[in-house]
Amino acid sequence: MRGNLRRRLRPFYPQLLLAAVFLLFVITLSFLSDHFLTWKNIKNIAEANSFRLLLALGMTVVMSSAAIDLSAGSIVSLSGIIMAGLIGVGWDVSLAIVIGLIGGIVMGALNGYVIAKSRLSPFIVTLAFMSIYRGLSLIVTEGIPITKLPAAFRFWGRSYIDKLNPPLIIAAVVFLFLIPFMSRTKPGQYILASGGSEEALRRQGVNTSFYRVLAHAMLGLTAAITGLIVTARLNSAEANAGIGMDIDAITAVIMGGTPLSGGRAHLVGSLIAVLLLGTIRNGLTILSVSSYYQQFFSGVLLLVSVLLAKRREQTFI
Amino acid sequence: MAVVVDMHGIKKSFGHVTALDGMDFSVRAGEITALVGDNGCGKTTLMKILGGVLQPDAGEIVIGGKSFASLSVHQAKELGVTVMFQDLALDPTRDTAGNVFLGREPLKARFWLDKRRMREDARALLERFSIKIDDVETPVAYLSGGQRQSVALARALQHKTPIMVFDEPTSAMGVAETAKILGEIRRLKDDGIAVILISHNLFHVFDLADRVTVMALGRQVATFDTKESSPEALHQLIVAGGVV
Repeated sequence: MRGNLRRRLRPFYPQLLLAAVFLLFVITLSFLSDHFLTWKNIKNIAEANSFRLLLALGMTVVMSSAAIDLSAGSIVSLSGIIMAGLIGVGWDVSLAIVIGLIGGIVMGALNGYVIAKSRLSPFIVTLAFMSIYRGLSLIVTEGIPITKLPAAFRFWGRSYIDKLNPPLIIAAVVFLFLIPFMSRTKPGQYILASGGSEEALRRQGVNTSFYRVLAHAMLGLTAAITGLIVTARLNSAEANAGIGMDIDAITAVIMGGTPLSGGRAHLVGSLIAVLLLGTIRNGLTILSVSSYYQQFFSGVLLLVSVLLAKRREQTFI
Repeated sequence: MAVVVDMHGIKKSFGHVTALDGMDFSVRAGEITALVGDNGCGKTTLMKILGGVLQPDAGEIVIGGKSFASLSVHQAKELGVTVMFQDLALDPTRDTAGNVFLGREPLKARFWLDKRRMREDARALLERFSIKIDDVETPVAYLSGGQRQSVALARALQHKTPIMVFDEPTSAMGVAETAKILGEIRRLKDDGIAVILISHNLFHVFDLADRVTVMALGRQVATFDTKESSPEALHQLIVAGGVV
């Protein structure tokens, strides 16, 4: 019975460990600063990290299929530019947002399609698309930010609905959608199986290319929503807006326990990792510690997570 | 008995390596046809072509009277070809139930998996074949070689299709499980199914098969009824690569 429980819990060890580290940070920071464990600051952490969570959730889906997407940050920028650019030439805000979101889906799907058809490494393909989408953003804007966006657009980044702001609500909805989608639905299971053994899936007559495209399109959508939120928050669409966001998302996904080899998606782990990284950023800022240390801590945590994951995978297989 | 699979002049190369060099092979309904030959003679490649996993460079595949230059996995399945691959084609990260129903998951609604039914049906299937796996929710990565082979077999045997291929089905299994599985394969023949058996165990071949096709260097070197030969003679033929 005990052995059975241990076996069932084994896949969740990284999340339990991460949750313990998160709690340790929270307890430590609450002792070090009176401002840390206040409702205002908790809300601040949640809101500031909601768009990071969105991107991490999309990245979790892609990485569970044993792929990676380095172009997610560029999709964030370009989709924000599409929305702001269309609004700038007189389009209706809602329509511009829809076109921007579709743009994100198309960009993600294109990544997935090229990976599936060329059978090239997702790393190489998305590295190329990272440059292509970033280049397009710079070409379209000529490097000049698109600013002075209307209130109806800024609503998506700054306003409140019953004391909750839209990014937080959207992140929560996406998270609650993805949990059953990945574990209980056929498309979710096929995305996971693409990571576990794409060849096994293919030999059962499943169109594996479709599920690879779907996984990347889902990340494209979350990246476009992130683009909407970031552009609305900054009241500015610029080509460099998403730089580094993809790497942050990949860091959170790996820390959350989703293996680089795919086959499993730890969405809860990604959530805890985003909160942990956000809490470190927030805590160190409150304590007036240089931002250089934030980078250092993120790196250390990522390294420890990867080393633990490797050890776990060796015992798993 | 009617010929249900007829493969003519099948050629397949991987770079400079020729795996199949004009292979001819046919299978009849209600018969077990064994495909034997030394390692690397092209048996598995031929069955991957029949299962649509690989596409031939040349040749013709006739199934149920319809002619094809090549097949996709989907087409092969539509034509009633089920293959249990030698490499098992399992996903190590999925559990036993997930692997047994991979690609044919029972659904509650359009996309919603019926996981409970998957578990129950997987348990029943394993019980039917006397396969001992304590928990069908255990990831396949945790199972022994014999258990993994059992999962692949359970997947192949759950639906009877007109053409069933078993590539080394019991190589990692114990004596009792092997006897049970061979019995199941024998019963398929009684149901009018065309069975193709690849095995290095010539006693199993003679115990089960009606006909044997011997391969060497990507070609057919002989086909005969098992009643007209013996394991010793077949062994000689395989070792000599058809030159006896």
